[in-house]
Amino acid sequence: MTRGALPRWADYGLMPALNLAAAFLASGLVVLFIGENPVEAVKILVWGSLGWNEGIGFTLFYATNFIFTGLAVAVAFHAGLFNIGGEGQAYLGGLGVALACLALDRYVPWWVTLPFAVLGAAAAGAAWAFVPAILQAKRGSHVVITTIMFNFIAASLMVYLLVNVMAKAGSMQPETRTFEPGGRLPFLQDVIPGADFGTAPLNLSLIVALMCCMAVWALIWRTKLGYEIRTFGANPVAAVYAGISPVRITVVTMMISGGLAGMMAINEIMGSQHRLLIEFVSGYGFVGIAVALMGRAHPVGIILASILFGMLYQGGAELAFEKPAITRDMIVVIQGLVILFAGALEHMFRPGLVRLLAAFRPTAAQAA
Amino acid sequence: MFDMLILILDSTVRLSTPLLLACLAGLYSERSGVFDIGLEGKMLGAAFAAGAVAALAGSAWAGLAAGIAASIALALLHGFASITHRGNQIVSGVAINFLAIGLTALLGQAWFQQGGQTPRLPQEARFTDITWPFADSLRDVPVIGGLYSELFSGHNLLVYVAFLSVPLTWWVLYRTRFGLRLRAVGENPAAVDTAGISVTWLRYRAVICTGILCGVAGAYLSTAQSAGFIKDMTAGRGFIALAALIFAKWRPVPAMFACLLFGFLDALAIRLQGQPLPVIGQVPVQVFQALPYILTVVLLAGFIGRAVPPKAGGVAYVKERT
Amino acid sequence: MTPAIELKKIDKSFGAVHANKAIDLTVAKGSIHGIVGENGAGKSTLMSILYGFYQADEGEILVDGKRVDIPDSKTAIAHGIGMVHQHFMLVENFTVLENVVLGAEGGGLLGRGVAKARAELKRLADDYDLRVDPDALIEDLPVGLQQRVEILKALFRGADILILDEPTGVLTPAEADHLFRILRVLRDEGKTVLLITHKLREIMAVTDTVSIMRRGEMVATRKTAETSMTELAELMVGRRVLLRVDKAPREPGRTVMSVRDLTVRDSRGVDVVKNVSFDLREGEIVGIAGVSGNGQSQLIETLAGIRHAVAGRIEVNGTAVDPTRRDIDPSRIRALSVAHVPEDRHRMGLVTRFFEYENAILGYHRDPAYGKGAFLDIKAIRDAARGEIEKYDIRPPNCLLKTANFSGGNQQKIVLAREIERDPAVLLVGQPTRGVDIGAIEFIHRRLVELRDAGKAILLISVELDEIRSLADRVLVMFDGALVGERPPETDEGELGLMMAGVNREAAE
Repeated sequence: MTRGALPRWADYGLMPALNLAAAFLASGLVVLFIGENPVEAVKILVWGSLGWNEGIGFTLFYATNFIFTGLAVAVAFHAGLFNIGGEGQAYLGGLGVALACLALDRYVPWWVTLPFAVLGAAAAGAAWAFVPAILQAKRGSHVVITTIMFNFIAASLMVYLLVNVMAKAGSMQPETRTFEPGGRLPFLQDVIPGADFGTAPLNLSLIVALMCCMAVWALIWRTKLGYEIRTFGANPVAAVYAGISPVRITVVTMMISGGLAGMMAINEIMGSQHRLLIEFVSGYGFVGIAVALMGRAHPVGIILASILFGMLYQGGAELAFEKPAITRDMIVVIQGLVILFAGALEHMFRPGLVRLLAAFRPTAAQAA
Repeated sequence: MFDMLILILDSTVRLSTPLLLACLAGLYSERSGVFDIGLEGKMLGAAFAAGAVAALAGSAWAGLAAGIAASIALALLHGFASITHRGNQIVSGVAINFLAIGLTALLGQAWFQQGGQTPRLPQEARFTDITWPFADSLRDVPVIGGLYSELFSGHNLLVYVAFLSVPLTWWVLYRTRFGLRLRAVGENPAAVDTAGISVTWLRYRAVICTGILCGVAGAYLSTAQSAGFIKDMTAGRGFIALAALIFAKWRPVPAMFACLLFGFLDALAIRLQGQPLPVIGQVPVQVFQALPYILTVVLLAGFIGRAVPPKAGGVAYVKERT
Repeated sequence: MTPAIELKKIDKSFGAVHANKAIDLTVAKGSIHGIVGENGAGKSTLMSILYGFYQADEGEILVDGKRVDIPDSKTAIAHGIGMVHQHFMLVENFTVLENVVLGAEGGGLLGRGVAKARAELKRLADDYDLRVDPDALIEDLPVGLQQRVEILKALFRGADILILDEPTGVLTPAEADHLFRILRVLRDEGKTVLLITHKLREIMAVTDTVSIMRRGEMVATRKTAETSMTELAELMVGRRVLLRVDKAPREPGRTVMSVRDLTVRDSRGVDVVKNVSFDLREGEIVGIAGVSGNGQSQLIETLAGIRHAVAGRIEVNGTAVDPTRRDIDPSRIRALSVAHVPEDRHRMGLVTRFFEYENAILGYHRDPAYGKGAFLDIKAIRDAARGEIEKYDIRPPNCLLKTANFSGGNQQKIVLAREIERDPAVLLVGQPTRGVDIGAIEFIHRRLVELRDAGKAILLISVELDEIRSLADRVLVMFDGALVGERPPETDEGELGLMMAGVNREAAE
């Protein structure tokens, strides 16, 4: 009733497009404000991210991170939960990946290590989401606040571990030793004949990420658990009526979400850095929020949104190189604007759009 | 030992000040039913504006005004999204944090070309320490002298502003019409609406109060504690303030003690770096850093008292069709 | 004498819903004026317009003979209009005094205004017999006293015209009686009272004049002394709806559900169901009659496994269920062949954001018929949903439509179809026809009787006494959480009414 009635194409196509356009328009104004030409900036950004092989490689590499963290936020959204702890869960996921790689890399090839790394990443991320989840389910402590707190606790814990426990012997750097080939994922250009992404660390994690997209789609829309998650998210009272346990759904969903966030570390740690180091998550967990919002919590939308953000990250780096006034911080501004317009202000254009469409289709408006 | 304690307490006061300002800021917004995880962003935006303007104008007061203005602008944006357009308050807060991080660094570099920093402020463009009368002459009086000259005297103006804001906030909240309505609208906006009071305007005034206090907090960081803005200089203080607010169960006086506690942990961590504690032995500095968050989670879990947020918090007000 | 209020041609629509159609109303000063009508007749909307909560699309409002615009509640209050809402507009963790002064603090600082308010509150308490401790917290007060605070709030603001929206819905009969005494005192002191209700008994008991609304229209106004409940009832529903359902007598079979000494406590620690025992047999409909809020909802939810009891036993088809155990949940109860049509389909029975076919399996989604293992068989689900749509004539016949797009009657059919088509041994039904149009009511009633004739046991809870009397084979009356008696459905409406008001029990004690 409060949501004006819009046809589906407008709801799922036009509205997000309008919101996104507003975000980019505002970004353009920021560029203008610091005395640069926004059109030129867009050109550099698009060329830098899609115009050459290495650029594409980097774009997809970043997109891989965002798919994982975006899926994590999206799965929680479906249960009506807001997991803003992706940052911490991904950080812990790095620990899981590193433990698997450090234990196995000298003895087995990468494809033996990979399942253990995936398991380690997912388990560590899920474990980090478990405490906020159980507190929300059993004690009613708001998951938004507890996951924020857990991000900071994760940061402290990881610094402690990297400085005091896991650091390479004799090194002052807060990082582990570099993994042997048994702990490194192959780059895609080494796997796909003819592919060449230059120095971009685009690796097999992309395939893992796409598989996760399919798995999440099937989970949410094709399984009984997914049905329960959506029921709980849309109407918790009806969920109880249907015999769905709120505690179980909250905990299971948050753990799936945390596991997906944790898997981001496969791309960064096993696929690119080949060692565990501090602050490797560097905000990718938070970008997941923007990606999930823009992608409307649907895997296909998330892939598209991830690529867009991948372009921003890669193109933004090129932009900063070409135009020193537009630093990489511009990406953060754009992220903020996307979250603002596609998230917090998502209904801003709705009333106007409803009126506009009603004006064109007077008969349809009456049928409501 | 006593001197050491005084020194730690002295730095506790300095470290608590921005937390306290931001925490009280959050109190206004959240008591009115608007959750605000964007304290961090507002503080950062204010720190930048204050640092930049103080450097350009050569005046700490101009910096303070700019900081407050920037913070209010971000607060109004939060209000526009979450009050006027009934957007998700968490999402809006996240957006504001991103905007602040990005814009401060971007504009800082574009304007000053110092890697996102603002130029180093001269002494006269900062809030400098105020020495109370007789502080020097009383220094040698045992106990009281140390307390007076180190702990109470010798802070900058904004420190006193922060601590005076505590009784002021208490008074506003419990002794004025605005406070009564503010507390009511966070619990049951429909009651406020049917009493003939505009929910929207009331909540906007609350977020403006939040903006003002976050502005002072930001100005403190860049023009009092440091001599200029440094990229990402809030470093999570907005979230510690949020934790303190929960820890204080959204009440002003406990908020001060929560901020002092968290500031004390910070001061202790700095002081004890690498030194073993009696009985416990060496404690990693990260424990102190994580402790505010851990304590807050424990509190939220209901193991030490129960933190019940304002009932209408986080939900936009929509007139219901009866 | 100028009337206190005159409404002329008030019109209001919400989207496609025409809530008020050209309403005229005149309310005499110093009278108690009742407005009756069924749920959804537009009474609350009309009063919300008068109180400035909504704005009329068209029409005029006259207060004391002067034409006024009431754009918000503030203006209404300034014109001396006060309102006691159905859901109290109180801040629960505030004191009585704080609630009373909210919005009328008498200055920017609280000190002096509050002191004056305290004195004024005492005066009002003395004048109108409205005693409440000004320093008590609202959340600690019983509902009756909370309502008194609402009345005090209005009087404190100088209200001469007091609107009460369904004030007795949450009150015990004793509290309701006290309220009526207060209303008479108010009238005798010269105040004008507008009482909105759908309960005819209250209208007869306390009003001077009564206006009747039906489907957004004002259909008549009568002097209470010159009308009767029968006439009012006819005016309310338009025609004398004889909810007679063709029903052959039937000998009930063996007991399929037996409930013994069931006691349920709510979150406030109050016993809302007290020592309830009854049997439900094959091929019978047992109706539970009672004024809303006397424990029926909690009873049916406990039987369905949604709530837990603090004491009691339940046996279903020979299987004992301990309703106090935490691990009892709705899926376990369903597994015993107990189906449940909840009272509030929007809140509980449906996920309105889902497609129709998704709601067709709510609660039964783990059934292997809808998919093996962890997966759902979407095709099988849609086929089943289409079958139900056809059998129950659900319109529009499209299982790929969002559930929110179906009308109330069709939504109810979706729920009924889902619950009945599992062929349950026991069906628990709450308010099966609330907010449902006439055509669907007849269909639903017929379906319930068919089910009974097929040998199923049905427990029916409804606040519509007519519905209970026409459908049930036995009527159990519930009052204040306890079953106070059993009567055959032919029992005189007045006698059942008295039992529902708790009179019977008081006489027995």
